[in-house]
This record gives sequence, C-alpha cells and structure tokens, in this order.
Amino acid sequence: MDLNPRIPTGPIEKAWDDTKFNMKLVNPANKRKYHVIVVGTGLAGGACAASLGELGYNVTAFCFQDSPRRAHSIAAQGGINAAKNYRNDGDSVYRLFYDTLKGGDFRAREHNVYRLAQVSVNIIDQCVAQGVPFAREYGGTLANRSFGGAQVSRTFYARGQTGQQLLIGAYQALERQVATGQVTMIPRTEMLDLIVIDGKARGIVTRNLITGKMDVHIADAVVLGTGGYGNVFYLSTNAKGSNVTANWRAYKRGAAFANPCYTQIHPTCIPVSGEYQSKLTLMSESLRNDGRIWVPKAQHDKRAPHEIPDSERDYYLERLYPSYGKLSPRDISSRAAKRVCDEGRGVGETGLGVYLDFRDSIQRLGEDTIRERYGNLFEIYDRITGEDPYKSPMRIFPAVHYTMGGLWVDYHLMSTIPGLFVLGEANFSDHGANRLGASALMQGLADGYFVAPYTITNYLAGNKAESVSTDHPEARAALANAEGMTKRLMGIKGKKTVTHFHRELGKTIWDYCGMSRTEAGLKTAIGKIGELKEEFWKNVTVPGSGEDLNQQLENAARVADFIELGELMCIDALDRKESCGGHFREEYQTSEGEAQRDDENYAYVAAWEYKGAGAAPALNKEPLTFDYVKPAQRSYK
Amino acid sequence: MKLTLNVWRQTGPTAPGKMVRYEMPDVNPDMSFLEMLDVLNEGLIQKGDSPIVFEHDCREGICGSCGFMIDGKAHGGFPKTTVCQLHMRHYKDGDELFLEPWRATAFPIVKDLMVNRSAFDRIIQAGGFISVPTGSAVDGNAIAIPKSNSDRAMDAAQCIGCGACVASCPNASASLFTGAKIAHLNLLPQGQPEKLDRALHMVTTMNEEMFGSCTNLRECEATCPKGISIENIAIMNRHFVEASFAHRPTASEAGAG
Ligand SMILES: Cc1cc2nc3c(=O)[nH]c(=O)nc-3n(C[C@H](O)[C@H](O)[C@H](O)COP(=O)(O)OP(=O)(O)OC[C@H]3O[C@@H](n4cnc5c(N)ncnc54)[C@H](O)[C@@H]3O)c2cc1C
Ligand code: FES
Repeated sequence: MDLNPRIPTGPIEKAWDDTKFNMKLVNPANKRKYHVIVVGTGLAGGACAASLGELGYNVTAFCFQDSPRRAHSIAAQGGINAAKNYRNDGDSVYRLFYDTLKGGDFRAREHNVYRLAQVSVNIIDQCVAQGVPFAREYGGTLANRSFGGAQVSRTFYARGQTGQQLLIGAYQALERQVATGQVTMIPRTEMLDLIVIDGKARGIVTRNLITGKMDVHIADAVVLGTGGYGNVFYLSTNAKGSNVTANWRAYKRGAAFANPCYTQIHPTCIPVSGEYQSKLTLMSESLRNDGRIWVPKAQHDKRAPHEIPDSERDYYLERLYPSYGKLSPRDISSRAAKRVCDEGRGVGETGLGVYLDFRDSIQRLGEDTIRERYGNLFEIYDRITGEDPYKSPMRIFPAVHYTMGGLWVDYHLMSTIPGLFVLGEANFSDHGANRLGASALMQGLADGYFVAPYTITNYLAGNKAESVSTDHPEARAALANAEGMTKRLMGIKGKKTVTHFHRELGKTIWDYCGMSRTEAGLKTAIGKIGELKEEFWKNVTVPGSGEDLNQQLENAARVADFIELGELMCIDALDRKESCGGHFREEYQTSEGEAQRDDENYAYVAAWEYKGAGAAPALNKEPLTFDYVKPAQRSYK
Repeated sequence: MKLTLNVWRQTGPTAPGKMVRYEMPDVNPDMSFLEMLDVLNEGLIQKGDSPIVFEHDCREGICGSCGFMIDGKAHGGFPKTTVCQLHMRHYKDGDELFLEPWRATAFPIVKDLMVNRSAFDRIIQAGGFISVPTGSAVDGNAIAIPKSNSDRAMDAAQCIGCGACVASCPNASASLFTGAKIAHLNLLPQGQPEKLDRALHMVTTMNEEMFGSCTNLRECEATCPKGISIENIAIMNRHFVEASFAHRPTASEAGAG
C-alpha cells in the first residue's frame, strides 16, 4: 500500500500557502460539470458541502437523520479553539500548534497540525459573519474561556451550546445552497458501500431509511464526514445513531484505517446508574474552570460530601499536577480518576465517581455568575440525577467521548483511495493520541470550510469529468453486496436482540481496550470478540422486513461493523507496545504511573489495510518526524 | 413502578392507525422516557412483534429528533424538557399514559410516533441564513455587538427544531419556529442586509407549507423545551409587515459589460 502523506517541503509557516498556490484550479464554468458526493452533514461534511456548492460544484449530500441540523455535532457544549490572541495572553498560531501536538502526545503530523492552528482564526470570522451568537463581553467583543491542556484563554463559546450554534451556522449555509439548487440534500439515507472504479472513488450505495430502497449514486469524488466511532463501546457520550459503517465499508474497499486504538475517555461525565442505561451524558470540561475535583482521603468514606472537611479531601489533580491542576488534559485527568477509584476512594453508590465541586466558586463569585456560565449544564445534571449541583457537588466519572483514530488521510485529506476524502472526526488526522478540548469543532470546520474545498478542487482539476453508468459492473457489485448483507441479517431470525450484542461488545472493549490495556487483556478481548461475531451472525434477531422503515435493521448493520472494528482496535492496541495519550498500556508507564512513550520504535501512524474476510489486516507505517517541536515526556506538573 | 402505556401504532403515512395497550410491570424511576420505551421494544422484539418507531439521536435534549405527545402534551408538558430528558421519576406507580405522534397537516406521519418535519428545512431555505460565502468574512471582532443583543439573538437561536410548538398549537402554527430564526438573524448587525427579504420569504413559505396562523394562544411558548419566547413572533410580525409595505425585491444582477 502506498502511504504517501504528501507533506509539503519548505518552512512550515508557509507550507499551506505554498500548497494552495501550487494547486490546480477548475475554471468556474467547468465546476458544475463535476459532481461531488458528501456523506455526512455534521460540522465537517455540512461545511464542506456548503462551500463546494458556493464554488459552483454540483453536490449531493446525505445524512441519516431527518435533517442535517441534527448531526451529532449539535451536542458539543464547551467551545471551539482559535489562536486569535484577543486576550493578549500570549497565544499565537505557533502556541496552538505546539499545544495541540503536545496534547496529542507527539503522535500527529506536524504539518497538518500547523495548518489547523493557522486556519483556526478564519473559522471564528466565518462563523461570526454567519450570525453564530458567540458569547460577548460588555464592550461588544468576543469572549473566551479556558480549556484543558492550555494556559491561555482561547476558547470561543456560545453558552453551553457551541456545537449547536456552529452546526446551525453550517446548516443554514448548506440550506442556502439547497435553495439555489447547487446542493441536493438527501436526508434519512445511509451509505452502505463505496464504489471504486479503476482505483478511484466514484460513488456510493445508499439505503433509503424510509422505504428500504437501495440506490447507486455516481460522482467524480466522494467525501466522508461521517463522524467518530465511540459507540463501539455501546455506552458513550455520542448520539445514539453515531456509527462507523460508512468508514468501515470504505476500509473494506481499500481505505486504510489509522490508529483505531486511540480513543478518548472524557473525565467529566455523569456516572452510569443502571443496566437499562442507553447512553452517557457529558458535563462539559469547561466546568473545570470553576469546579474543583476531589475524593475523600480515606477509603470507603461514606459521609456526605459537606460533612467531609477540607483537610480530609484530596484535590488530587491539583496535588499531582500543580501547574495545570484541574485543567490537566483529558487522558491524564481520566486516568487519575480511575486510579483514585481503584484505590477505593471513589464516591457514590457504585464507588465509580469523583466529586466536581462548585462550593468555592459559588462562595467567591455568587450563584448568579455560576448560573450564567453553566446554567444549562447544571440543569442537565439535575434532570438526570435528580440532585441539585448548586447545593451538593456533582458526581462525575470518565466516559468514552471521542475517537482520534479514523480513516488515514494525507495532507490533502485524501484517503488511500484516490478521490475519497475524509473530514472531521471520521479521519485520524490532527489530534494524535489525545485530543484537547474544543479542538474537534475547530478541526471539523477547518477541514470542511478551509481545507477540503481547495484540495478537492486540485484533485478534480487533475481528473476529467467522465461519467460512468450506474450500471457499471463495480457499481452493480457494490449494490449486490449491500443488498446481500441486508438479506443475510434479515434471514438469521435468531434469539438475541441487536442491543444485546452491542452491549456485550461494549463491555468487552471497555474492560480490555478502555482506559488501560494489557497484552493479556487485549488477547482475551480478541478471542471474545471473535466468539461474539460468530454468535451474532447465527443468533441475532431482526424483526420486520428490509423493504421499509426498520430501525433494528439499521442498528444490526451498524453493530456488525462495530464488532469487526472492535477487533481491529484491539489488534492495533496490541501492536503499540508503548503508552501514549489515550492509549495506556499498563506494561509501559513511568515510575509515577504516567504514560511512557517509545519514540524510537513507535513514532508512526499505524495504517491498517483490509486483506479480506478472515484474513489478518496488514500494518502499514507512516513514520512521524518532528522538525519543529521536539518530543518530550509530556509534563503538566 | 407499574405503568400502562397506550401507544399510537401506524405502519405508514396512509395506513390507518390505532392505539395499542402495553403493560410495563417494572419501570425504574431513574430511567428516561426513551429508555423505558427501549425496554418495551426489547420485549416486543423478543416476542417477534414489531418495535415502536420513535425518533431520537442525542438523548440530551439538543438535536431535536425526539418528540411525541404524552397525554395530549408535547414532550409530556414538563417545563423546558424534551422527551429524551424526561425521567420516569415524574410519574407514579399505576399511571396510565397515552402516546401519540405530533398531529399537524404540515407534519405527515411516517410511522408510529415518527413524523416528517422537512417543512422546517424548507422554511430555513427560504431565508433562514446570512449569505456569506466561505472566505468572505471580516475579523470576528471587527463587528462589535452589544452583549444584550447577542444574548437575545442567542435566546432565539437555541431552537432545536423539534416541532413541539407546532404540535401544541391548536392552529398548528409554526410561528414560534419561524419567528425564532428571523429574530436570531435580524437582531444581529450581520443579518441586516437581508432582514426584510428574510421576513417576507420565510413567512410566505411557512404559510405555503400548510402551517396554521398564530392567534396568540401561547401554547408554543409554554411547551417549548428551550423556553423560546413569543416575543420572537412579535419581531417576525413587525419585520414581515415592514417588508410587505416598504420592500422591493432585489433586482436581478445580470448586467452589461
Ligand atoms: C457530548 C459531546 C460534547 C462535545 N463537546 C465538544 C466541544 O465542546 N468542543 C469540541 O471541539 N468538540 C466537542 N465534541 C466533539 C465534537 O462534537 C465532534 O467530534 C464533532 O462534532 C464531529 O463532527 P463531524 O462533522 O466530524 O461528525 P458528526 O457531527 O458526527 O456528523 C456525522 C454526519 O455523518 C452522517 N452519517 C454518518 N454515517 C452515515 C452513513 N453511513 N450514511 C449517511 N450519513 C452518515 C450523520 O448523519 C451526520 O450528518 C463533543 C462531543 C460530544 C459527544
Ligand atoms: S433525542 Fe435529541 S433532543 Fe431528544
């Protein structure tokens, strides 16, 4: 497999400008002759589809919800980073670049990260112009807050609904293009296969979720902005519909899957309460600005939190990491929470929880200020747990939140299949082994608004618009493949529900490929997943038919893909005999229990290549070089 | 606790529908309403019956996917709560509940509790945007916006497009949805150039989509899970009237040379 990352040469500060200058262009009159398919209309796909439409391309966009306005991006709470330095506190493009690379534990590509930091400033401008009501100061200028992993205040936000407001901005830009006829939006439709003709991505197979009808769509390029795969864990903070199917089917058609084991466990989520639980709810990391995290010093201390005096509390993050304290990065904070709970100092009925306490800030700033900053988050907490966080501290515990891994892409965001571009959380590109807070929104919009429209143009300019028939043998084969899978799923008529298998899978991945991993554990997991897969294909039950609306069938196909992905995650985690970011191998830690990287042997991107059903996937390595930031043991002390 | 559910079952848009009764012997008060339906559905699947179709995604009250009537009230009628964020501790042992889809001509039923809300997208297409192509923006701080304006715009912009306003309105009016979008954009300096076009076109499309008209009953405001104020409807009406009197549609751009 040819893994050419197409990293530009020359100084990093000029790399993106030079690349843009050297790109081929498409004459305005010719743009409409090119057809581009965009699958997924979250921040990344929505921004891209709108921008391509504005440029004059003929775009067809798909999403599985009833409207693009409902993509999972809508749920992002805390904010979006940008190197504006409006606070005059020492921020710069270089610092954002540095923080992101270090936050990712030196497992990302320098040039991509630099470009991300560079275009971050354009994103804020673009969104403000669209009418995104970012928080403002009394003087009318934009407000900022701080997030984990940074010592400057560079996060822009719209109350606790930043993702919602950014997505609505992108959605409105998209609908404007729909109104002009430049973009055709096809909601309630799921991509089930990728069509590759003469080695190039030329279309997709979709299923209409209302009628069950399968269709072939042909294009000159295909863009995936289909989101992350956190739901492989069953319980996660992702929307229930988030899935890996589009990416997985592309993987099976030849797109390499990079670093699947890099998953992010977010430190501040509401703990699990029962077996029926269908998802987990995040409490934005921004709460850590004003909340302090602690557990009792003594084990199994069952006193109510207000009965525990300060001297008997362990503010462990502030103790362990004095300079970043409660704003330490996510991977570090999550593991610290796990450790104190493992020591028997966790709180709540299950002992799997730590306190996030606002007592001191309420005393200092008053309840009103806290309400203005976090009112909606406090409400969510109250609603779910029935407890009032203004009166007693929140109980929180880490939960799966984000996946840094994804389809491998080069500097142009193109996968190993020419003509297949992958944006947003669906790709692996910018966050290395750990993503900093407020950087996913930034990356999704950077990819969609400011990178892909250029790189896709460059690709199209080098490829004549040549139509292929929907009857092309490759198209028919892909269609038959998708139809065959539906038939198989409908035909099993077993005894166990799809959710049963999904839960089982989630438990295995959480236990063995979650917050900490070991060689033995990962091997056990691979065995268990293999058995689960076999049982799934013998014993799953999918009611109804394939020819109409069937939510169980949609789920069954997604879970089938998650099972296979789960196995690849464990294979990847097993291969990576080091600890870095979200990937913590117990065998590789410092004497203080921190992640121990092995730069000599593992400074590479692991790009896995599908080798057919039943065959072991092949590992391709993209070496990572660091010319600007010297990798060091990450320290937040 | 024990509950009895009566759920509207309808296999397709034109099929006849009916209420079907289900007994729920063991409901945990900490479950959300949708988690309770998950449990019911798991049981139905095990028995070989078809599970109840309802729409959902985020389960955090923000995507606007979920929504149905519980005892005639949109999302169950609790203040600022979507049905995915409604927990069973609000009900008592022995309660009997009636679940129905949103009822409105503009929202045809798809299946069971799921309806088609694409009319909302078409209202946005008519003018619910600011025409600013990617790349053409000035610096974010170049336009100072008084905090109070930006806060009011944000209050309106919080709409999640769930459709509860339409479902709870006896006239099935979409005025709160449309008004919230017009207010969000028209309250901001960036929205001024298209202010009148926006009001004119969005209101016209709303009417064409077969939503009813607003007669100030305020049911929408009371059930809106985001607490959006009907003040936004007043803004919409004002700008619509202004547009109808004063406005001349923009001229065609084609020119010589
Ligand atoms: C609770 C929560 C809070 C967060 N808060 C923050 C934050 O404060 N700051 C931050 O930077 N990041 C945050 N994140 C992360 C961030 O929200 C996501 O990473 C980001 O929004 C992903 O955007 P996306 O466009 O890549 O994908 P998504 O928004 O997930 O969109 C995926 C799109 O693909 C479509 N799709 C998927 N599969 C298919 C298919 N097979 N066929 C057709 N369509 C398909 C979907 O319909 C959807 O339109 C948060 C995440 C969560 C879970
Ligand atoms: S499921 Fe998203 S708002 Fe209820």
